[in-house]
Amino acid sequence: MGQPVQRVEDQRFLRGLGRYVDDVDTGPGTLHAAVLRSPHAHARILDIDVEAVLDLDGVHAVYTHDDLTGPMAEPLPLLIPHPALTHGRTQHALAKDEVNYVGEAIAFVVADDRYVAEDAVARIVVTYDVLPPVVGLEAARAGERLVHDDVPGNLAARLEQEVGDARAAIAAAPHRLELDLTIERSACMPLEGRGTVARWEPDLDRLQLWTSTQTSTGVRAAVAVKLGLDLGQVDVITPDVGGGFGVKVVHPWPEELLVPYAARALGRPVKFTEDRREHFISSAHERGQVQHVEVGFDDDGRVLGLDVEFWHDNGAYTPYGLIVPIITSTQLLGPYKPGAYRVVFESLYTNTVIVTPYRGAGRPQGCYAMERTMDAVAAYLGKDRTEVRAANFIQPDEFPYDHGLVFQDGRELEYDSGDYPASLEKLKELVGWDDFPAYQREMAAQGRRVGIGLACYVEGTGVGPYEGAHVHVETSGKVKVATGLTTQGQGHATVFAQLVADELGVRFEDVEVVTGDTRRMPYAVGTYASRAAVMSGSAVHLAARRAKEKALRIAADALEADPADLQIVDGVVSVKGAPDSAIDLGTVSVLSNPLRYAFDEASKAATQFSVGDNSLPPVPEDEEPGLEGKDFYSPPRATFASGMHAVIVETDPETAEVTILKYAVVHDCGHLINPMIVEGQIHGGVAQGIGGALYERMAYDESGQLLNASFMDFLMPYVTEIPDGIDIDHLETPSPLNPLGIKGAGEAGVIPSAAVFAAAIEDAEGLAIRAMPISPSDLHTLRLSQEHPR
Amino acid sequence: MTEQLHEIRLTVNGAAHELRVPARRLLSDALRHDLGLTGTHVGCEHGVCGACTVLLDGAPTRACLVLAVTAADHEITTVEGLTEPDGSLGPVQQAFAECHGLQCGFCTPGFLTTIHAGLRDNPSPTHEEAREMVAGNLCRCTGYQNIVKAVERAAALRQAQGPAGQAQGPAGQGQVERS
Ligand code: FES
Ligand code: FES
Repeated sequence: MGQPVQRVEDQRFLRGLGRYVDDVDTGPGTLHAAVLRSPHAHARILDIDVEAVLDLDGVHAVYTHDDLTGPMAEPLPLLIPHPALTHGRTQHALAKDEVNYVGEAIAFVVADDRYVAEDAVARIVVTYDVLPPVVGLEAARAGERLVHDDVPGNLAARLEQEVGDARAAIAAAPHRLELDLTIERSACMPLEGRGTVARWEPDLDRLQLWTSTQTSTGVRAAVAVKLGLDLGQVDVITPDVGGGFGVKVVHPWPEELLVPYAARALGRPVKFTEDRREHFISSAHERGQVQHVEVGFDDDGRVLGLDVEFWHDNGAYTPYGLIVPIITSTQLLGPYKPGAYRVVFESLYTNTVIVTPYRGAGRPQGCYAMERTMDAVAAYLGKDRTEVRAANFIQPDEFPYDHGLVFQDGRELEYDSGDYPASLEKLKELVGWDDFPAYQREMAAQGRRVGIGLACYVEGTGVGPYEGAHVHVETSGKVKVATGLTTQGQGHATVFAQLVADELGVRFEDVEVVTGDTRRMPYAVGTYASRAAVMSGSAVHLAARRAKEKALRIAADALEADPADLQIVDGVVSVKGAPDSAIDLGTVSVLSNPLRYAFDEASKAATQFSVGDNSLPPVPEDEEPGLEGKDFYSPPRATFASGMHAVIVETDPETAEVTILKYAVVHDCGHLINPMIVEGQIHGGVAQGIGGALYERMAYDESGQLLNASFMDFLMPYVTEIPDGIDIDHLETPSPLNPLGIKGAGEAGVIPSAAVFAAAIEDAEGLAIRAMPISPSDLHTLRLSQEHPR
Repeated sequence: MTEQLHEIRLTVNGAAHELRVPARRLLSDALRHDLGLTGTHVGCEHGVCGACTVLLDGAPTRACLVLAVTAADHEITTVEGLTEPDGSLGPVQQAFAECHGLQCGFCTPGFLTTIHAGLRDNPSPTHEEAREMVAGNLCRCTGYQNIVKAVERAAALRQAQGPAGQAQGPAGQGQVERS
């Protein structure tokens, strides 16, 4: 642990031997699916004519809602119900009577190949009664048009939480400010889209499903229910996944049901691979919110009362419940402790793609609201922005710190550990905060505009309910590890192997890790909320410990020693101080499984005439055969990582282009398992954050068409948009909640981006930034509006 | 309506393959699904992300923008062809492993082929040139920092290997496989 070990998974990726879902080869009989998607944002379906498709060569089946029966014809599950979600709605696998966004699935064609399937889709004739769409939060709030007829005011949910009396505290405060903020939509955009392959095995009466998911067990349960199968008849295998960032935790996607449905009906393997346009219009987006903040504070900038109202655009349906706005409303507080806090949000329907967690999952919006507020307070008081923040920090001796709110997992929002003043000091040092004003003046003298900004966040990571792990020492001494959550590039096969090697005392190279395969670990939750290292890391550690304890018991018998006197080093159990008295783990594994039949030299040692005390049962009471360990980790609540980012930007006086001169990160995710991988996660998060702050947005027109549904028009950063070097410093405040003292790291890099860029651009320009992302033309318009206020 | 099929010969990583494809079949699909060379990835299918980059007569080319029939009788190199004949990693691949230049690995084949050709043409790029070399490929995971490092590391590895290591000579030259 703590070593920058090179990743084992890279060996196959670098040779082009990765196995992503579209690479899964189910043989020449495999059929390919394509989906007819709604061209309208809001319409009633009057008729679907598939006549022209059926006689097309190579087409095997076409499904519309009318062809679905039983649970398949019902709406998709509402995955995370919440009492405040009074008007939750989910779509059908194939639209029933009505479509509510451009891209909603209407028909599913299965053909010899994708080309033919797409030909067929183009021949389906649908008659629509086009309805006026609701696009954007303003239209949703106005409530004049409704997305769903039976949802008044387009209001899916309203949730309020309050600690103390925030409005009274604000009214009584020496100073008061109000801010109106907006933040637009972006999306995860993994380089690999969604995809699913299914094979029905008639001989075994079971289904094998490969899907590019962040939760194999979730998909398994959903598919079993929808297809009317026993859980035991469904295997879900997560192959290599080409990025997730949240979108692939949503399940079951319509295609995740339709592919196995068709595979079973047709008796042939079926594959669906989403194309990029489909990913833009039929997967998920995030981030869009409008916020109103009222704050009351004292002369030091200490926040006495904070009252936040925000409106959250949840798109056309709410399959993932209220997770995103709940996280915004709770994680908004970051490292601060306002005297009183009230937050209320409305989650509203629009005729656009669904909104579900994207890396950061509501935190970037919360951080943006809080940090814009801190900057506004500092500006109002004429104080240094770091001083105002420091005045509001929870102090190191105040942990555990209970905010008195309910978090996204239904548990209390209680921070376990952290050291925010120390982080701030590190950040100021790293970015050169105190020297910046002089630099800014120097640049100004040359006619150049530079600005600095900072933003702080706290991230609840490693939420429950649980993860488990299974560790098996084979008779060869090789160690096979399985944990149920999935991997999308985080290097789990490496970090979990590091943990097992450490705890069990075996060589790293001898450990092989499998994730996301329900055949190997049927009990699991999934990879989201920066939870994999904390949850599965802890479970793997605990399982390895169980395997170790068992190995020591068996070895102690064989070596006639006390287990307490034994050690395991490089896969060999020996008596401490007596290295000749040793037995390797492979042999221990042989002994753990009393045999009747020998199958090789090693196993002869375990057969019934060779081993054991004749007076005792071959497998001792309270033991099981095999050298295995299995355990689960289920913490009472999340562990809270934290960090602070600072950026120095230059804005072009003519073109309004924003150039990043320096980007600095201080990050505290407790103990590091593999610093190389953690830094990689930060790099990636920062780059996504830069995209979200300066370039990416979902450009919907008023009819609900997504105008930039391609990589040509949706501006994801290339290397040219990312600074050459990101300065990173770590603080390691261990979590007391898990055996390794670790906290999650996956999402952190992206959380403060909108906030930190707004701050820096504001500092460079002397203009209040209240809307993100900000493009050069937005900044130009803003400049004009200040020069010529209307 | 039955599609007309064309007999073509694709020479990939030195091995010739004969196949029958419709005129509209993309080179990316032919490589991946007809030849089973799934190392070439498809991230956008509209020429922007670069994940599908292969070398066509040595030149980096987006396989999603080329029809298989167009690529007939040209020399194609895919990521699978960058591995040394003995199975060990080539210098660019090795550099990515050392520098943690990949996370999910989906964009990686396109970077590897692009850099392979880039370093052939410019064996010792400046730092700026190293960044430019990868400026046409999208990665959503790494933030590019370690990819740029990997370009520079690969240049160093190639130089250490000497001219012999830099020669291109995928195994299996001349053999014909039917798919
Ligand atoms: S798949 Fe060819 S450039 Fe994106
Ligand atoms: S490593 Fe995932 S897209 Fe580049």
